Parts: sequence; C-alpha cells; structure tokens
Amino acid sequence: MNNVFVYIEIEDREIADVSLELLTKGRELANTLGVKLEAVVIGNNVKDLAPELAKYGADTVWVAEDEMFSPFRTLPHTSVMVGLIKQEQPQIALFGATPVGRDFAPRVSSALHSGLTADCTELVIGEHKDAKSGKEYDSLLYQIRPAFGGNIIATIVNPECRPQMATVREGVMRKEELAVPAAGEVREIKWKEMVSDTDLAVRIVERHIEERKINIKGASIIVAGGYGVGSKEGFKLVHELAEVLGGEVGASRAAVDAGFTEHERQIGQTGITVRPKLYIACGISGQIQHTAGMDGSAMIVSINTDPAAPINKIADYAITGSVEEVIPKMIKYYKQNSK
Amino acid sequence: MEKVTRIVVMAKQVPDTRNVGKDAMTPEGTVNRAALAAIFNPEDLNALEMALQMKDRIGNATVQVLTMGPQRAADVIREAMFRGADGGYLLSGKEFAGSDTLATSYALSCALRKINPDIIVAGRQAIDGDTAQVGPQVAEKLGLPQVTYAEEMVDIKEGEVIIKRRLERGSETVVAPLPAVITVNSSAKECRPRNAKRVMKFKYALATSEMAAENDKAKAFIEERPYLHIVEFAAADVNPDPEQLGLAGSPTKVKKIENVVFQAKEAKSLTADDKDIESLMQELIASHTLG
Ligand SMILES: Cc1cc2nc3c(=O)[nH]c(=O)nc-3n(C[C@H](O)[C@H](O)[C@H](O)COP(=O)(O)OP(=O)(O)OC[C@H]3O[C@@H](n4cnc5c(N)ncnc54)[C@H](O)[C@@H]3O)c2cc1C
Ligand SMILES: Cc1cc2nc3c(=O)[nH]c(=O)nc-3n(C[C@H](O)[C@H](O)[C@H](O)COP(=O)(O)OP(=O)(O)OC[C@H]3O[C@@H](n4cnc5c(N)ncnc54)[C@H](O)[C@@H]3O)c2cc1C
Repeated sequence: MNNVFVYIEIEDREIADVSLELLTKGRELANTLGVKLEAVVIGNNVKDLAPELAKYGADTVWVAEDEMFSPFRTLPHTSVMVGLIKQEQPQIALFGATPVGRDFAPRVSSALHSGLTADCTELVIGEHKDAKSGKEYDSLLYQIRPAFGGNIIATIVNPECRPQMATVREGVMRKEELAVPAAGEVREIKWKEMVSDTDLAVRIVERHIEERKINIKGASIIVAGGYGVGSKEGFKLVHELAEVLGGEVGASRAAVDAGFTEHERQIGQTGITVRPKLYIACGISGQIQHTAGMDGSAMIVSINTDPAAPINKIADYAITGSVEEVIPKMIKYYKQNSK
Repeated sequence: MEKVTRIVVMAKQVPDTRNVGKDAMTPEGTVNRAALAAIFNPEDLNALEMALQMKDRIGNATVQVLTMGPQRAADVIREAMFRGADGGYLLSGKEFAGSDTLATSYALSCALRKINPDIIVAGRQAIDGDTAQVGPQVAEKLGLPQVTYAEEMVDIKEGEVIIKRRLERGSETVVAPLPAVITVNSSAKECRPRNAKRVMKFKYALATSEMAAENDKAKAFIEERPYLHIVEFAAADVNPDPEQLGLAGSPTKVKKIENVVFQAKEAKSLTADDKDIESLMQELIASHTLG
C-alpha cells in the first residue's frame, strides 16, 4: 500500500533505458516518502530480469508472464496494470513517455479516474495548499512538464486521486545502479483474474522493427557540424555532444559533400528544415542556403574560429573558438551542472 | 455494408504554438498568446484525411467532426466541411472550462455516446496541451479498443478495420473490431486541400449559437438547408455527471506556470575560455533549453 510503482517496458527481452531511469527517480521518491519501490513487469519470460531491476532499486518486482503480453498490446497490459493498482493502491505510478507508455497509461488513468501528467521533465515531493478549499497536503508529487510547444513550464499536482500518475521521456532523468542492490523480491500478479477475452480483440498481423533511424525533424536539440569540423573523425565530437545533450546530429551540405556524415542529416534549402529549441552550429559559416533550414530555431549557438562568420548574425551566442577546443568543454560543463 | 457507416473525427482548435515567431513574444520574453493564430490541430487534419479515406473506401458512409471548445471552434468544423466532412458537432459550455485530459475525454465520451458512431478517429496529440492522452482516455471511457499512432488505413470492411501503425522503431499492422478509436500520427497521409465547390457550399454553415446572432433572413436561409446547420450540444444535452466536468472533474491541478524566457536575437560574443563556456551551459540549463 502507498508505495511507488514503476512500469517496466521490455523490448526484445531488454529493459528500456527509460524504465531504469524511472527506477532511479522512483527510488529517490520512495526514500523521501519512506515507502517501497515496486517494479511491474508484464511480458513473456521476464522473471529473470528481477536482479537487474533490483540493482536500480526495486524492492519488489511484480511479474505477469504469458505469451499474450508480448509483443505489447494495449488492452491486456491495461487490464493487468489497472487490476494490480486496485489491489496494491500505490500512491505514485510512473511510466516511460514512450509510444508504449503514452498508448496505455492514459487508459489506465481513465479506468481509475486518476490524473496523468504527460512528459514530465522533473518529479519532486513537496507540499501543497489548495487555493479554494484551503486544504493542505504535505507530500504531493510535483509533476513538472513543458507545454504549449515548449514555451511554458507547468507544475502539476494531483491532490485527491491516487495513484498520482506521470510519464517521463527517455533520457531526461539519469539512471544509477545502487552500491547495494535492493531486495528485488519477485511476486506473481494474479493476471488471470484481471484479463478477459475481449482484451484480445485487436490482433497484430504483421510487425517489423527497423534499425534506429535518424530523426532530426523531431529533435528538440540539434548539434550540426559543418566543413569546419574538418573530418569524419571530427564528427565524432559532434555526435558525442549531441548524445550528451539528448539531441540529434545535423550537417551542412559542405560537410555532407566532404563525406563527413550521412546525407539524411543535411539541413537547409536542399535538405531538411528544422525548428528545434536549441541549434548548435559547429564550424558552419552560415550561408543563406543553410540558414534557410534552421533560422526558425528558438535558440542558436555558433562555434566558429571566425568571429565575422555570417552565422553569428543570427546566433544568440557566438563562441569564437575551434570545435576541437569548445565541444569537449561544453560536454564537461554540461555534465558538471546538470543533475 | 448496407447501413450507413458513421465516422466521427475528434478535432481541436489550438493556438499555433509551432510558429512562435519573434512577434509572438512580449518584450518580457513571455508568450503573447493573442498573437498566436487559432488553427486546426495539425494531426487532426491527418485524422480527417484517414476518415475521408474510410468513407471513400466504404462508399455508404458519413464523416462528422466533433469538437469541444468555445463558439469560435466551429471554424474547425467549417474547415473540415470545406475539405470533405459532411458536418459536425460543437460541444460548448462554461461547464467544460478548466478541463484536464480526463475531464475533456469524459465530456467527449458523453457526446460520443449520444452520437453513437461506428468509428472514432482522433489526432495523436494536440500541439498546445501536448499530452496525446485524450484519444486513449475516450476509448477507455467508451469501453472500446484503440489503435494509436495510425499511419495508414490498409482496409476497412464488415465490422473491422486494418491499420498500419508506427512503433518507436518500425511498424505493425493490426486488425481491430469496430467500433474502435483510432489516433492518427503526423506521418500519415496529409489532408486533402479545400475544395472550391465545397467552400461555396458550406461557407455559411453555422452552429446553433452562431445562428442566434444572425438576422431572420440568414436564419431562414440556413433552416432551408439543413446541411448548413452545425449541431451544437450544451453540457445538459449530453447527460453528463456534473461532478466529472471541467475544473471540478479534473484530478490534475496546475500549481504553477513559468514562461520560458527567450533571449532577444542579438548575439552575445563568447570566447572559448572555460568560464565563458561554463556560464553558457549554466544559462542553457537554467532556461530549460537543456535538460
Ligand atoms: C500547461 C498545461 C499543461 C497541461 N498538462 C496536462 C497534463 O499533464 N495532464 C492532463 O491531464 N491535462 C493537462 N493539461 C490540460 C489539457 O491540455 C487539456 O485537458 C486539453 O483539453 C486536452 O489535452 P491535450 O491538448 O493534451 O490533447 P491531446 O490528448 O494531445 O489530444 C489528442 C487528440 O484528442 C482530440 N481532442 C483533444 N481535445 C479535444 C477537444 N477539445 N475537442 C475535440 N477533440 C479533442 C484530438 O483529436 C486530439 O488530436 C495541461 C494544460 C496546460 C495548459
Ligand atoms: C542551389 C544550392 C543549394 C544549397 N543547399 C544547401 C543546403 O541545403 N544546406 C547547406 O548546408 N548548404 C547548401 N548549399 C551550400 C551552401 O551555399 C554552403 O556552401 C554550405 O552551407 C557551406 O557549408 P559550411 O558552412 O559547412 O562550410 P564553409 O562555408 O566552408 O564554412 C566552414 C566554416 O567553419 C569555420 N571553421 C573552420 N575551421 C574551424 C574549426 N576548427 N573550428 C570551428 N570553426 C571552423 C570557418 O570559419 C567557416 O565559417 C547550397 C548551395 C547551392 C548553390
């Protein structure tokens, strides 16, 4: 009762990173509240994942195992999660803001009539006083999320209904193994009492998983490299920065033509148009054919050895320096200053 | 199929948060909402297209648009009619103000119970609230199966629909029994444009409350042409439990809102020194641009 639940997402017998990140955050929340952290795994042959989940802090690992649970289908997973939440009454339930989490967490919340906050970037425990009723709460989950296309940050609370439910994007929170694993005690979910035949109504007739694709258009952070990056080797630095910041790698045509990187990454008039929250232009001069594809970015940082490079005219921050020197420093200071 | 298949598209009118140009920011660096145009939520246009494709495939079908919002949200219904929808329903009333996704989906599900369609098509996500929760929550409230991230309607026939849907990495094809709720991804086919003849035909379409403000001649004109009448539901028309509506029916409460402050476009020059780079990274984190 009153514990913290984390739904564990499995793909190809592997635990999704976001689930481990949520366990790390869940552990912190459970410690603050003085309750247990419980992982919920719904899949096929998943029991042996318990020790791994224990390393990230799971006191309890609830499992439901059957062929019907893999690959993921909305209705069986919803029924099991709803059934278990009714039985165990956690105060908090967290899901990855992945296609899977965003598909079925809303259904779970709808079935339980419990609020759900989407895409949280931060979760903390805090107090709350209801403006209307004057009622005070001493340990609610603050669910902090961007909205309105990223133009505002909202703090949302769920004073009355339980569990307090939230989804969190992959890569937003850090994951950390405990020095000493938690108990990771495996408990079977009585799923046969929870699932009904109508839950099997939707049939999967074909399914294929592709190699990870480049997704520049959807990225909110883009680190783009130009001819000034100098080489294919140099582009590794650009990739490293993008990875650390949770962004994608873009490129100018000169960099693509020089063979530093793939053509799919080209941004500009004859490439793709992007509008990220942050665009870091590394060794890009800023010719109009390039800027046409990125000048709608909310914030532009340029790194260029030439202080008079045209890109600096549209940049918010113009760093005069070489890519080789500046990128490693950005990585270092980002790591030092982010939680 | 002998009976008319009734398809309902859920569509939302949203502020255009994607084009937050420089004039859409106040001098204090906050969002100037008045400067943002009200538009048809982009993925709801993809949803409309998929519904129209279903109609094309079935033949004997209608496409109606359901929108919850203030009176001006009827624009969304008119726009859909210009592009091929047969008509629509506006769900409007102060009782709905302050709804979170659960209260929104409850209100929409009450209207859908009344309309009783064979297929419900929604967009994946609205660009203002950005939650993608309303579609699945409506499906749960109506006890219907759902197919999210739909990318292509492969086929629709007696009692079932075949949909190709996007996965995180890849795709899958599913067969869902009808009625069902389908939510459509932006990677699905773009919506067909306005049709000039339809614009001529439907430009005077009005919702009930809009009609009330017109003169008698205009009223008579619409009354003679039922296809120009956008059905309007007030809360009482859809028999809701008042406790589940609006702010009162919303378990989530917004405790605080901070505007993300944008910098004026004037480059700040920095050197490659450690202290410059460190303060830049700190600023980017503090402004929520990073992290
Ligand atoms: C800053 C901020 C943060 C918020 N965060 C949350 C939150 O985390 N959790 C929460 O529960 N609520 C939240 N809300 C409230 C939420 O935005 C509203 O409830 C909204 O009415 C529906 O959510 P959405 O815009 O995210 O729609 P989505 O769930 O993204 O919409 C999906 C689809 O549902 C259909 N649809 C949605 N609304 C309508 C409508 N009015 N009429 C017809 N069809 C519709 C459309 O087809 C749409 O494409 C937040 C609101 C604000 C202002
Ligand atoms: C019809 C047409 C269509 C085009 N379409 C596109 C398009 O879609 N996209 C596109 O990008 N281009 C396009 N171009 C090409 C475009 O005109 C430019 O040639 C190209 O954008 C230049 O790329 P760049 O900035 O990487 O290279 P350069 O212009 O060579 O600039 C390199 C920059 O790196 C800096 N630099 C050098 N060494 C370093 C270092 N060690 N550290 C930091 N900075 C360094 C230099 O000062 C310079 O500013 C098009 C051109 C034409 C004619």
